[in-house]
Amino acid sequence: MIQWLNDPGNWTAQGGIFDQLRAHLQYALIALVVAVVLALPLGLLIGHTGRGRWLVTVANAMRALPVVGLLILLYVMLAPHIHGRGDTVYLLPTEIVLVLLAIPPILAGTVSGVENVAPDVRDAAAAMGMRGGQVVRRVELPNALPLVFSGVRSATLQVIATATVAAYLGLGGLGRFVYDGQASQNYAERDGGALLVALLAVVADLVLALVQRYSVSRGVSGRFSGRLSGRPSDRPTRGPQDDGPDTAADGTGPPGPEPAEKPPSPRSA
Amino acid sequence: MSAQSLARSMPQSLPRSLLAVDSSPLGMFGYFREHRDEVMSWLGYHAWLSAVPVVAGLLIALPLGWLARRYRWTYPPLVTAAGMLYTIPSIALFVAMPDIIGTQILDPVNVAVALTVYTVALLVRVVADGLGAVSEDVAQAATAMGLTRRQRLLKVELPLAVPVIAAGVRVAVVANVSLVAVAGTIGVPELGQLFTTGFQLSVGSPYYPPITLGIVLCVLLALALDLLVVGATWLATPWRRAVGGR
Repeated sequence: MIQWLNDPGNWTAQGGIFDQLRAHLQYALIALVVAVVLALPLGLLIGHTGRGRWLVTVANAMRALPVVGLLILLYVMLAPHIHGRGDTVYLLPTEIVLVLLAIPPILAGTVSGVENVAPDVRDAAAAMGMRGGQVVRRVELPNALPLVFSGVRSATLQVIATATVAAYLGLGGLGRFVYDGQASQNYAERDGGALLVALLAVVADLVLALVQRYSVSRGVSGRFSGRLSGRPSDRPTRGPQDDGPDTAADGTGPPGPEPAEKPPSPRSA
Repeated sequence: MSAQSLARSMPQSLPRSLLAVDSSPLGMFGYFREHRDEVMSWLGYHAWLSAVPVVAGLLIALPLGWLARRYRWTYPPLVTAAGMLYTIPSIALFVAMPDIIGTQILDPVNVAVALTVYTVALLVRVVADGLGAVSEDVAQAATAMGLTRRQRLLKVELPLAVPVIAAGVRVAVVANVSLVAVAGTIGVPELGQLFTTGFQLSVGSPYYPPITLGIVLCVLLALALDLLVVGATWLATPWRRAVGGR
């Protein structure tokens, strides 16, 4: 495997690692951008008005669907109707599934992010004379950002993982190496591809963690330097994996029936 | 790779004419009747591969979560490591598993171990936060009643954390059903094979029955396992019923 990864020809060849990496990123980015454009405004609206929460429930219930099945079902449905050249016949069903996958975590993160904004903060904004739209943009969105990011990050992982499986259909991307290696019993290629996919997912998550760190207001994240920190000492430090204002981790959250923690997002690929 | 070629050739060796005539999505009922034994064995494998990792994962995550709670400095590294493990795409983990534990590539044990890893990664944080959510008053009351630290954990903190932990377990079990199907694309025998079979039979014109059957069975299985967890939680938390709460 090391040998396969170390061969420069495997990287630069047509359909080599660089090409497939670019393809993989492209599939993932298209899906994520579409999903954010759809789910973020919708989530802000649901969170702000408190109406339409059933949409979140429906989106969450969709997670029980097996991704591979959905992918193959859509491919089989659409393939006879697509006569274009190139990858379109694989790309379209894949992108639909990726967008469907990415919407639930982003939607759920945005809605619970907005709902978790303290009522007095919202009241203060209204008392300052902000209109509905201003409250959403200048108060609710910034405060919800940690949970929005946690949704986007889990959507990104899902999308990268599922784009790998799409190689089973015949689409490009790093999954090509996994499935081609498996089919041709070139295990170095298969394992190398698997390692690259894992690295891509970890790096993508780290990049988003960095973006989150520098885009979330310090007033929200509580990330102050040194002695300025007024945080209770028993609260765990906020590492890059930490997402959002966890109300219960410091022991002040309510005990009793309602789970105070938002359970982590499930993965489906 | 004899196991693989066997798994691949089984569905392919059937000529189209022998299959259910109805190729529409509703043809799945006919398809199920004709392939009952095969489908049932895949369903059994699928259920086993979805459920066992959750049980194993929970058993591993409980002490780890407790550790993260008891010794605070272990929380950040444990949760970060769990998060890193959780980012690894499943297909990569399935494929890498034989190199790590020395099994054959199509051995279902790979899937079970990989999913156990995911379950642990997901539940460590849930367990730690669940134990942490037990209010300080309750813990102090337990201490005041003379409970030792261990009794307090087993009799007070852990039971009170059950609803939070159960929420995490439900997420894990539903996610696992979908994840197991992914392993079908490299040839591991479970319901994912229905999708690959449908894919292979759809050359030319769509042949829906195995695909829709697979989706329906996966959703039903996820629902059944989820209900099982809900039921177990209900049994494990009698005090929530006593007060007439939710």
